[in-house]
Amino acid sequence: MIYVLEDLINGILMGSIYGLTALGLTLIFGVLKVINFAHGSMLMVGMYAAYWAVALTGVHPYLALVLVIPVMYLFGHAMQDIIIKPIFKAEKQVREPITVIIVTTGVWYILDNLSLLVFGPQYRTLQDNPLRGKMLEFGDIMISVPKLWGFAAAVATALAVYLFLQKTRMGRAIRATSLDREAASLMGINQYRIYNVAFGIGTATAGIAGVALVPFYNVFPSVGVLFDIKGFIIVVLGGLGSIGGALLGGMIVGVIESVGPQVMTATWTEAIVYALFLLVLFVKPSGLFGVKYDW
Amino acid sequence: MSFLEVNNIDVYYGDVQVIFDLTLHVDEGEVVSIIGGNGAGKSTLLRTISGLISPERGQILFEGVPIHRSPPEVIVGRGIVQVPEGRRLFTLMSVRDNLIVGAYNQRADREKERTLEEVSSLFPRLRERESQLAMTLSGGEQQMVAIGRGLMARPKLLMLDEPSLGLAPLLMKNIFQTVRKIADQGTTVVLVEQDVKNSLSLSDRAYILEHGRTVMEGPAEELLENPHVKVAYLGL
Ligand SMILES: Nc1ncnc2c1ncn2[C@@H]1O[C@H](COP(=O)(O)OP(=O)(O)OP(=O)(O)O)[C@@H](O)[C@H]1O
Ligand SMILES: [Mg+2]
Repeated sequence: MIYVLEDLINGILMGSIYGLTALGLTLIFGVLKVINFAHGSMLMVGMYAAYWAVALTGVHPYLALVLVIPVMYLFGHAMQDIIIKPIFKAEKQVREPITVIIVTTGVWYILDNLSLLVFGPQYRTLQDNPLRGKMLEFGDIMISVPKLWGFAAAVATALAVYLFLQKTRMGRAIRATSLDREAASLMGINQYRIYNVAFGIGTATAGIAGVALVPFYNVFPSVGVLFDIKGFIIVVLGGLGSIGGALLGGMIVGVIESVGPQVMTATWTEAIVYALFLLVLFVKPSGLFGVKYDW
Repeated sequence: MSFLEVNNIDVYYGDVQVIFDLTLHVDEGEVVSIIGGNGAGKSTLLRTISGLISPERGQILFEGVPIHRSPPEVIVGRGIVQVPEGRRLFTLMSVRDNLIVGAYNQRADREKERTLEEVSSLFPRLRERESQLAMTLSGGEQQMVAIGRGLMARPKLLMLDEPSLGLAPLLMKNIFQTVRKIADQGTTVVLVEQDVKNSLSLSDRAYILEHGRTVMEGPAEELLENPHVKVAYLGL
């Protein structure tokens, strides 16, 4: 019984990190109405950035945030501005800009293969970092310290993004654009600029997730794909466009993955995750929590 | 030189031409009505002036500056603000946030607290509804927010696309009075309407649009007496 509790807690912690990886996906979708298939690759870039920042300087792993957040913001901003915006402009009259989705898929392939070329296929781990394998003990229950910090980062990031969207001039403009692009243009909001910022923020949150993962997770060129697939499941569970939903959806997936193997073989837990995903798609496509936008 | 000049514009949606060689002008301080039936091209005209669509041919000048190749945000920045057809509120945002988003452009942003006061005194009702989501408002209240949001941008030229659409007669009267009040306070107004009698009554001049062309123009009181207008638009 005590193990179930331990798995439950660790599942929630790891799941919140999954949620953090999906946060940018849901935000970018909410604003651009486009699934960014390159999101996992953005996470991969964030993980490499965090990895090298720490491996080369030897600083505490979380200090990498100082570098990773601005670099990833600029990276996302530039990617939207240089690669995606021209497609959007060309497809101005089109309601569902499918070509944009195809372009993000192209970016995913390019980034993954570039990192394979530059960094090679090997799995990299931050050896002897102070967080590696560190546990907190509560009686018989062991809790992973880097996952606990990841949980804190996920909640703090979600809250910060939420407050930014609610309270700032740019945040209100982002919300307005997500609700009605054209009406927002009529309010003097440059929608392409909003897309740049949304992409920047979404990518920066993937960077934060990267920093949270690197102390206990391997980095390799296709690491993003794992999280991408989870990310899509999570945002569907939580409701596409919902920030709180991404965190909760992530926790659901995390708990199924960690508690499941106690009662069945691990492959079955994955089947359950996918079954839940399909069930939600069929029965409640707006997500388990029924809110499309909570911002 | 007029305040707003639209010179010989042709506008297309894809291959379909919707506006044909249209010319009109608006002087500072005027209220000008654009009258026309469904599909005449009134909204398309306003969308073109706002920069949501570019004219294929022709020019649009505002205070002497060409704006027909400018994006919407630049045009708003210059002071042309549109209250679109069907209100187009940000439904899941509060009334207050809807209004504040209206003041997004640099010029308006600096004065937003003061403008918010002005808008609240024009529509006291909105002050009570401040924190309510826009989608939970009644039709009349939504129209107040739409106009208030437009005013928050501190327009020099305010263009209203069928503000009376779908409102009960009493509310309609209310909206027309408000438009008059806005004009009296010094804002130039372009009013697109299907309620011809009410809109002509409060306008200085009007243009009549049919199939994307201006078929008639003149002082509003003259058009009110015009036989064609009486038969086609006033049902007399
Ligand atoms: N997005 C669009 N794509 C193609 N055709 C359009 C589009 N919007 C409008 N049209 C066409 O352009 C013509 C003019 O439309 P517009 O909306 O400007 O008319 P309107 O005078 O505002 O009519 P209403 O009084 O019904 O609002 C119509 O024939 C309409 O079908
Ligand atoms: Mg119209």
